[in-house]
Amino acid sequence: MPKTVAEINEKIKRGDAVVVTAEEMIDIVQENGAKRAAEMVDVVTTGTFGPMCSSGAYINLGHSKPKIKLGGGRVYLNEVPVFAGFAAVDILIGATSIPDDDPRNRSYPGEFRYGGGHVIEDLVAGKDLRLVASAYGTDCYPRKHLETLININDVNEAVLFNPRNAYQNYNVAVNLSDKIIYTYMGVLKPNLGNANYCSAGQLSPLLNDPYYKTLGIGTRIFLGGGIGYISWWGTQHNPSVKRTENGLPAVPAGTLAVIGDLKQMSQRWLRGTTMLGYGVTLTVGLGVPIPVLNEEIARYTAVRDEDIWTQIVDYSSAYPEGKAEAVGKVNYAQLKSGTITLLGKKVPTGSLSSYPGAREIATTLKEWIKERRFLLTEPVAPLPGAGSGYTFKGLRIREG
Amino acid sequence: MISRKLVLSFPPSLVDKLIIYRLVKEHDLEFNILKAAVTQNEEGMLIMELTGEKENYERGINYLKETGVHIQPLSKDVIFVEEKCTSCGACVPQCPTAAFVVEPVSRKILFYEERCIACEICVKVCPYKAMKMRW
Ligand code: SF4
Ligand code: SF4
Repeated sequence: MPKTVAEINEKIKRGDAVVVTAEEMIDIVQENGAKRAAEMVDVVTTGTFGPMCSSGAYINLGHSKPKIKLGGGRVYLNEVPVFAGFAAVDILIGATSIPDDDPRNRSYPGEFRYGGGHVIEDLVAGKDLRLVASAYGTDCYPRKHLETLININDVNEAVLFNPRNAYQNYNVAVNLSDKIIYTYMGVLKPNLGNANYCSAGQLSPLLNDPYYKTLGIGTRIFLGGGIGYISWWGTQHNPSVKRTENGLPAVPAGTLAVIGDLKQMSQRWLRGTTMLGYGVTLTVGLGVPIPVLNEEIARYTAVRDEDIWTQIVDYSSAYPEGKAEAVGKVNYAQLKSGTITLLGKKVPTGSLSSYPGAREIATTLKEWIKERRFLLTEPVAPLPGAGSGYTFKGLRIREG
Repeated sequence: MISRKLVLSFPPSLVDKLIIYRLVKEHDLEFNILKAAVTQNEEGMLIMELTGEKENYERGINYLKETGVHIQPLSKDVIFVEEKCTSCGACVPQCPTAAFVVEPVSRKILFYEERCIACEICVKVCPYKAMKMRW
């Protein structure tokens, strides 16, 4: 008997919903079959905790006396430039922003010790941040300079808003050249010195609902240690890629845009992150609950690392040149074993996404639901699906 | 035979070269300097591997201590700040001595500091600054 989200919520409110993590669901389906598992289990929780560059936070600072119009001016938080292209006192901190005087990659590889991701972490941790701003001054907003400490507890809104998180599967990065390279996939040693991956695999949200059948716009989620929502499909959402027979894409595919009140999030799950020679980013903790509406969903949520295949890409040439070729294919069980064999060579693997973090998120979300602190939502609108024809385009450079 | 990697710190008043010379000459030890530096407060710092017969080694160490040199085993110089570690695993394939191990069940990263030779690679590679130098 298929269930509805409303029925599951009734069970949650009564305190008798059966909630398990995506890891626990594997054994349940193996032992009981998907049909029976769909009757037994109401919700499967997922999680992921990895660097997600398209992340940011916007803040409404409140008005100073006399007032200043930051929009169109320049604003820094702890020396990191933030976006000031909205109204008078709305600013946006982008995770990858870095101080103007950071040497960047002039001393290669750049260290990138502090940037937007760290500002967001410090903000959510309740630390004071130094704001320095200059504006052009208007009749209604006469002030031209502002220097002050700000704190998350004093500002009006502080909202985490990430245009692209939770990639559904990702490349494995290797280096075929004879020089070490520094990438957003970490440090890659020459001649296949290591292979780095970045996905929670069997715990990853979009790999447990590969066709986006239960989640969509409006879905309530775990975000940064608090509650957030899927606000849209993420940028570069690419649902139309080729899939294996279990529905899983073997290349990066779907993505999520997410939003939530930063004031109820925690530093534990929003971490400023440094990628040597590459830059600064934010590591985001995110978890999605999946209502087990029927046998089909039960089957999806039982996905195992060995079923999830991904492509291995050379980041010394194919990736920067935008060539589509892959060096090979591998599954997450192989990656997690610590070594893979590639072109006849044993290659040690490294991860960027934290599996213990993903597991803790899925477990936390499970506890929230069991304690009736978190109810499921029905999506307001679906994400573009595998049959939608929606694709991810490149940029054609042209002269005007 | 004994072979240990040590961190020696010399107060500003001591001339390190002479001490090492005597250590080698008079106590019949072999050494290999892995790193030498002067810290912010003008202390000399030397990371070296000291090798020799057990008896000689112990006499040599006593000699160093008598001259006022502070000695500690090397591994303690790279510190694992557990609260900052996310157990991502980015350090695992980078460490030349396999000092990081993924615990197979929890998948948490364990740091075996006695394997560490203080090459500092993980200090640069760790995205969360969970590995840091004492100096
Ligand atoms: S790279 Fe840093 S955070 Fe990641 S496992 Fe190693 S020490 Fe921990
Ligand atoms: S300093 Fe070098 S040897 Fe020590 S743990 Fe880090 S990478 Fe390994």
